[in-house]
Amino acid sequence: MSVIVTDTGFAADDWTGGFIGHAANDCGYGVDLPSDTDPATLGQLANAPMIRIDFPSSADGRGFTLANLLRRLGYTGRLRARGHVLADQYAMARRSGFDEVEITDALAARQPQNQWLARSDWQNHNYQARLRG
Amino acid sequence: MYVYNDFDEAFVRNRVAQFRGQVERRIDGSLTEDEFKPLRLMNGLYLQLHAYMLRVAVPYGTLNAVQMRQLAYIADRWDKGYGHFTTRQNIQYNWPELRDVPDMLAALADVGMHAIQTSGNTIRNVTADHFAGAAADEIEDPRAIAELLRQWSTDHPEFQFLPRKFKIAVTGATEDRAVTRAHDIGLRMVRNAAGEPGFEVIVGGGLGRTPMVGKVLRDFLPKADLLPYCEAIVSVYNLLGRRDNKYKARIKITVHENGLEKIQTLVEDRFAAIRPTFTGHDQALLAVIETAFAPPAFAVKSSDGYQAARLANPAFRSWTDTNLAAHKAPGYAIVSISIKKHGATPGDATSDQMRAMADIAERYGHNELRISHEQNVILPHVHQSDLPAVYAALRAADLATANIGLVSDIIACPGMDYCALATARSIPIAQDIATRFDALKLEHEIGPLKIKISGCINACGHHHVGHIGILGLDRAGVENYQITLGGDGTQTTTIGERAGPGFSAADIVPAIERLVTGYLDLRTDANETFLQAYRRLGMAPFKTLLYPAEDQADAA
Ligand code: HEM
Ligand code: SF4
Repeated sequence: MSVIVTDTGFAADDWTGGFIGHAANDCGYGVDLPSDTDPATLGQLANAPMIRIDFPSSADGRGFTLANLLRRLGYTGRLRARGHVLADQYAMARRSGFDEVEITDALAARQPQNQWLARSDWQNHNYQARLRG
Repeated sequence: MYVYNDFDEAFVRNRVAQFRGQVERRIDGSLTEDEFKPLRLMNGLYLQLHAYMLRVAVPYGTLNAVQMRQLAYIADRWDKGYGHFTTRQNIQYNWPELRDVPDMLAALADVGMHAIQTSGNTIRNVTADHFAGAAADEIEDPRAIAELLRQWSTDHPEFQFLPRKFKIAVTGATEDRAVTRAHDIGLRMVRNAAGEPGFEVIVGGGLGRTPMVGKVLRDFLPKADLLPYCEAIVSVYNLLGRRDNKYKARIKITVHENGLEKIQTLVEDRFAAIRPTFTGHDQALLAVIETAFAPPAFAVKSSDGYQAARLANPAFRSWTDTNLAAHKAPGYAIVSISIKKHGATPGDATSDQMRAMADIAERYGHNELRISHEQNVILPHVHQSDLPAVYAALRAADLATANIGLVSDIIACPGMDYCALATARSIPIAQDIATRFDALKLEHEIGPLKIKISGCINACGHHHVGHIGILGLDRAGVENYQITLGGDGTQTTTIGERAGPGFSAADIVPAIERLVTGYLDLRTDANETFLQAYRRLGMAPFKTLLYPAEDQADAA
C-alpha cells in the first residue's frame, strides 16, 4: 500500500483510474512517467487526467524539471510525484507543480505526517515567487 | 553593500530552523545517513577525514567588518580558533560538532550570512571578481548580478538535485579575475554595438579530472534575460546530464558529448518557453540591489604622506609594489592582504587576524572586505594616505607578507591533511616551496608566478590553470607529484601541459627550484614573466630543467 501526501497531511489513495505507460493517452487512465522521460514527448500528454512521475531515488531531481515542463506546456490535470521523495523535498515538489506525493508505508512510518506538514507552508519564503511575480 | 531585507532574513532563519529539525531527526533515526547526506550538504556540512567541515558562503566574496568579526567569533566558540579561506570565496571550519552546527548557522544568520548550497549537487555559491566595485578596468560592478543569481538559485525547487554540482562566476572587468572559463556557467558583462548592457555566456568549463575550457553559448545576452536564460541552461542540464557515472556528470561532459550546437538549440527552445514566466519583478529587484552596491563616498585628499613613506621605508615600499592594485577612484588603491605567510597554511587565518582585518576595514577601508579565489583577503577601497597606517596594523597582526602574485602566493587545496578524497599532501608542499624561495631571496626577482597545488585529481587547488601546476597522486602507496606547465586562469584560459614523470615528496621542491631558477636564465629580460617565457619557448627547455640528463642516466 501507499500513502498520499498533500498540504493537509496523509491520506489513502483516492485515484481509481489505474495507471498505464506513456505511449497510450487520451483515455481515463493515469500516465506513469519514468524520470528519464524524453522532454520532447510531454506535449502529447495534455489531456491526461493524472500524470505520475517516478522518483527512483531522492537524489534524482529530474522529476522536478519534468513537472515544471508539463505545467509550462499548459498541463492542468493532477500531477503526482511517486517514490523516494523526502519530507524535506515536499516544498520543492509543490513549487515545481506537483499536487501530491505518493510514498510507501515504510517511508511514511519513518517520516511521519508531522514532518511533511512542517513543509506544507511551501508558499512562504519562496525566492522564485518573488522574482517571477 | 547588500543588506538582507526582511524576506532574506526570514528565509535564512527558517532554513536554520529546518536544519535544526533535520539534525534532530538524524539523531533520532527518522533520517538515514544516506537521506541526511544531501540535506546536510545543502547546508554546507561535509564529512571529512577527521571531523565534519562546515563551508560558509561569502557570496561573491564580499564581507563587512561585523561579518568578519562574527566569523572570528564562530572560529573561537565552535572551532579551533581559525578558519580556512577557499578558492571559491568560502570560509571553512574544520572541526565543528554536528550538534553545534545549527547554532553556528544561527550565528551566521545574525549577520546576514549562511552556508546554504555551498555543497551538494546544486547551484553553488556564486563567485565574482574579488576586485569588483573597485578595479580600474571594470565596466560594471558584477556583484548586483551575483546577488540576483544568489536569490534565484537559493532553494530553487527544480535544481536542488542536479546530476552534479553547478558553479557560476561573474566578472565585469576586462581582466578575468573570476576564472569564468573554468565554471559551469561563466558570465562576462559586456556591451553590444549599441552600447546596451548584457552578457557573454560561457558554458561547460571546469577543472577536475577532465579539465575543459568553457565555450561561448551566447555572445550577447541582454541583461534582462539573464535569469530565464540561466534557468534554461540548468533545466536542460538537469534532464540531459549523466547520472550513471559521477565522473561524467558535470555539464562540461554534457556539452562535450552532445556538442555545443545541440545544447544551444535545446537551451534556446527552453529559454523561449521560460522567458514569459519572468514578468519583470526580477528586474525591479535588481534595480534595488544595484543601489545597495553604490560605491562608497570616496575621500578626496592628498597622497603626499604615502610617497614619503615609500621613500623612507623599504619594507613598506616592497609591500606596496606587490600587494596593491589599481583602483578606479583617484588617490585610492586596492590592498591584497596575503594569507600566505611563508611556511604557514595557505588560506588559514586565526580569529585574531580576522578581527584585525575587520578593524582595519572599518577604520581605513570603507567597511569592506573581500575574499579572493586566490585565498587572500582584499581591502577594496583604501586611500593612499592611509596605506602606511594600514601596513603598520597588518604588520602587528602578522599579515604584512609582501608576496601577492609571487612564487609563494600559492593556492593549495586541503589535501591529505583534511580531505577524505586526497591521494597526497598539498599544504606541506606549499609550505616547503614558500619557505625555500624565501630563503633563496629570489622571489621578487622571479616576479609574477602562479603555483597551484591539488592533493588529488579533483583539482580543488586549480592546478590545471597554474603557470606551474602540481598534482599529488598516489603511486602504490607513495606520494607522487606531477607537474603541469603553462596553465592560465584568466581571459586567455589555458589548461597546463604535463611535463613528464612525477616527483617524490622529497624531490618536488628541488624540481620546482630548478624550474624557476632555470627560467631566470631563459627569460629575455626581467619583464618576461614565467608564463610568457613558457609560451615563447615551449615545453622543451623547461623539461630539460626538470629532468637533467644525469638524472635520466641514473634512472636508466
Ligand atoms: C575537503 C573536502 C573537499 C572535498 C571532499 C572536495 C571534493 C571535491 C570533488 C569530488 C570535486 C570534483 C567534482 C567534479 O569534478 O565533479 C571537487 C572540485 C572542486 N573543489 Fe573541492 N573538495 C573539498 C574541498 C575543497 C576546498 C577546500 C576547495 C577550495 C579551496 C575546493 C574547491 C573545489 C573547486 C574549485 C573544484 C572545482 C574543480 C572543477 O571545476 O571541476 N574544494 N571537490
Ligand atoms: S583536490 Fe582532492 S585532495 Fe584536494 S581538496 Fe579537492 S578532493 Fe580533496
